[in-house]
This record gives sequence, C-alpha cells and structure tokens, in this order.
Amino acid sequence: TPPAQFNFAGSQALLAQLKQGASADLFITADAPTMDAARTAGLVLSPQVLARNSLVVVLPSSNPGGVRTLADLARPGLKIVLAAPAVPVGSYTLQVLDKLAADAAYGPGFKAGVLANVVSQEENVRRVLTKVQLGEADAGIVYRTDARAPTAAGGTQTITILDIPPAANVTAVYYIAVLKGAVALQAASAFQTYALGPDGQAALGRFGFLPAGPTPTP
Amino acid sequence: MIRRLGLALVCAVTVGFLSGPLVALLLRVPLADLARRLADPIVVNALRLSLISTVVSLLLMMAFGTPLAYALARRRFPGKWLVEGLVELPIILPPAVAGVALLFTFGRRGLLGPALAAVGVDIAFSFAAVVLAQTFVAAPFYIKAARISFADVPEELLQAAATEGAGDGQVFRHILAPLALPGLLGGAVLGWARALGEFGATILFAGNFPGRTQTMPLAIYLALETDLDTTLVLAAILVSTSFVFLLAFKLLTGRTVDAGMA
Repeated sequence: TPPAQFNFAGSQALLAQLKQGASADLFITADAPTMDAARTAGLVLSPQVLARNSLVVVLPSSNPGGVRTLADLARPGLKIVLAAPAVPVGSYTLQVLDKLAADAAYGPGFKAGVLANVVSQEENVRRVLTKVQLGEADAGIVYRTDARAPTAAGGTQTITILDIPPAANVTAVYYIAVLKGAVALQAASAFQTYALGPDGQAALGRFGFLPAGPTPTP
Repeated sequence: MIRRLGLALVCAVTVGFLSGPLVALLLRVPLADLARRLADPIVVNALRLSLISTVVSLLLMMAFGTPLAYALARRRFPGKWLVEGLVELPIILPPAVAGVALLFTFGRRGLLGPALAAVGVDIAFSFAAVVLAQTFVAAPFYIKAARISFADVPEELLQAAATEGAGDGQVFRHILAPLALPGLLGGAVLGWARALGEFGATILFAGNFPGRTQTMPLAIYLALETDLDTTLVLAAILVSTSFVFLLAFKLLTGRTVDAGMA
C-alpha cells in the first residue's frame, strides 16, 4: 500500500476544497457542523466520532500579562488572541466564555471583558499558539492537544497552561468519514477502522486527545 | 505577416492568462445579494480600512522613498550597491516571513520592543502595524520605479540648466521632477496596488480584528472559512474598487502610468 498523503488545514478550508472538487479518500473535521455540511453536500458516507478534545488557556511562560486565574482574562489592557469565530475552536471558545459568564464566580460581564481584550482573531489555531509563544499575546485559548504538541516557535518561548474548569469546558468532537468519491476506498475504510479501534485510539490518546467513546470526559 | 501574427498570438495568450482567472472569478459572483452584502459592516469596515491604510502607506513610501530613489539615481556614494540590494530585499521575502521579521523588530519582545514600550508605543495588532506591514512590502516597488524615472532624465538637460545658473533645488523643481513625474506616478500605482493586496505580513504582524486591522484581503481569506459566496463578493468588490481607483487616477492625471513612456 502506498503511504498515506495528508492535507492539513482548517476544517472549513478543507470543506471548501472538497466542494470545489478536490479529490480525497478520507475526511476528518474538528466539529460536527462541518461534517454535517459535508454530509448535506453529499460528500461523505456515514461519519463517525473519531476523538474528543477540550480547550485550555495558554500563557507565555514569562507571563507578561500576570495572568494567574481565569478571571484575570477580563482585566482591561490584557492582550488576548483567539481563533476566529468561524473556525471550530473559535466557536468553542465563545461557548466556553458563555458558560463562564453564566457562572456566578465570573459574572455576566466576564465574556464582554475577555472579548474586549482580544487583539486578533486568527484563522488557524496554531497561529494563536505561535503568538502566545512569541510573547506577543498575554494569553490565548487553544485545544489541549495544541498546548502539548511540539511546535515551530517552541525554541523561542515555551508556554504554561491554565486549565478551564470541566463544568465550563467544551468538548470538541472530531469526526471521520470516508468520502463518496474515494479512489482508495478499501484503504480509507481500513484506516478508519484502525483509527476507531483500540490501537488508533491509544495513539490519539498519547497526544492528548480524549477517546471517542460513548461518555465524553472533559 | 507571420511575424505580426505570431506577435498577436503571444499577446493574446499572455492577456488571456492574466485576465482569464479574473473573468472566471467575476462570472461566479452571486449578483443576487450583492447589494445586501455591500452593506454588511464586515465589508464596509474592511474596505474602509484597506483604502485608508493603503493611502497612508503610499504617502509614507513616497515621502521616504523619493529622496532615496533620487540619491540612488543621481548621486554616487560608497556602498551604493549594498543599499540598492537591501532596499530590494523585501520584494523577494515571502510576505509571511516579512510579517515574522516585523514582529521580531517592532513587537513587544522585538529588537525595538522595549524602547517603544518605554515611550508608551505599542505597535503589534494596531492600525500602525497594518501601515508598517504594507509599507515594508510595497515601498521597494515604488523606490525601484522612482529610481528608474530619475535616472532616465537626460543628464544634458540638467547640466544645461545648471550652466544657465539654476541651483540644485531649481533644477529639481523645474526640470527633474516634472520629467520624472509620470514614472513616479506609475511607481505610486505599483506601490499602492501591492499595499492593497498585502496579506501575509499583515495577518502575522497586525493580526486580524474586524474594524481595526482586518483589511480586505484578510476579510476575504477569513470569509473562506464561512462560505464561498461571501468570498466571491468580497473579491469582486476589491477588484472593482481597485479598478475604479486606477481609472480615476488615470483620468485625473491625464497621463499613462507606464514609467518612462511618453
């Protein structure tokens, strides 16, 4: 079997490419809406849940913003970088902010306070991480797996993680589906089976992903 | 006869290649909700930001670039070859790399970061960053065109004026500048166009924030995350706005924008 070829991009960008006729065998998205859109467009056969992920706040290790708790994120003058709302993790971030604002400990002004500190909405979650690593932003919100992965700017600056309480956190769900126009249909199905099986799930777990399993743990 | 045909053929292929994709793009624009989208604050903000920032960038690159172009064209000094090379470097730099470089220079943790912070100046993620990014990538185009325009003015004309008793300033104002002007304006159009299309350096250095740093190219790229129709409309708006400005510029100045062509 020839080695698998990967095309990485934001879920929406990949969907746009597929809609325009890009040929591929397997599609993995970072949220349900994108996979639903793919299904509506008649691109995929029976999507399955691949894995889950949760969000964390990342800070430059030098902590220029002096952020110690989540509440500090709403402090005026802080520079926060988030993913753009149209990107899955960006929309998850807004959900987390909503949940926190509903919590009496943070109050209804929390979300507005945080959003007022946002200086950039990145179209790519890795770019959020890069700006935090470079120390140009005081804080960012990314996937837990992004915070743990080795990255390009890792040599310049490391980061520290600030956890989001499970009650307020959002579980991002990743979907996998074989594409209707798949040329390597067998290989794609075999890969999907492997990914959903114990070995694949264990591999994903090593990178910080949560198992696909029926009960999501934040 | 064959030669004429051949020339026409090559020209047709070239024009076709350069304008074809544009036609393909415009053909797919959904005209139905064009009016509605034109009123969308995202579009209005991005357009306003693009127009204002590129004009500021153009003024900056002309203010700082014209003297340099003049010096490179009409003066001799040691290390001139090096200066010429340095000034053209941003052209070959991939825009994203330019963005990172600007961040490493003017960012909080950049070379000038602490100094700027000491005087209370914070550049990254601001309108100033947008202008800096645009000016950095576009100025070399203007300077190059301006240098050629200044250099093209025949030396004899300037010397004749000098023998008639004209001082340096008078020579510049009455002979050099007017003769170089078409080329300078042509360079200005190039510089402005490059600034308008600037994306990579902007998104890395200035970031992306609607109303503050989200220029049209950034808005178009982000729209790809949402839906293709919005993207097409934004692209069409950008193209037509640029076209209108170019047309207005040509009419106002009454000149061709080709450097050196009379």
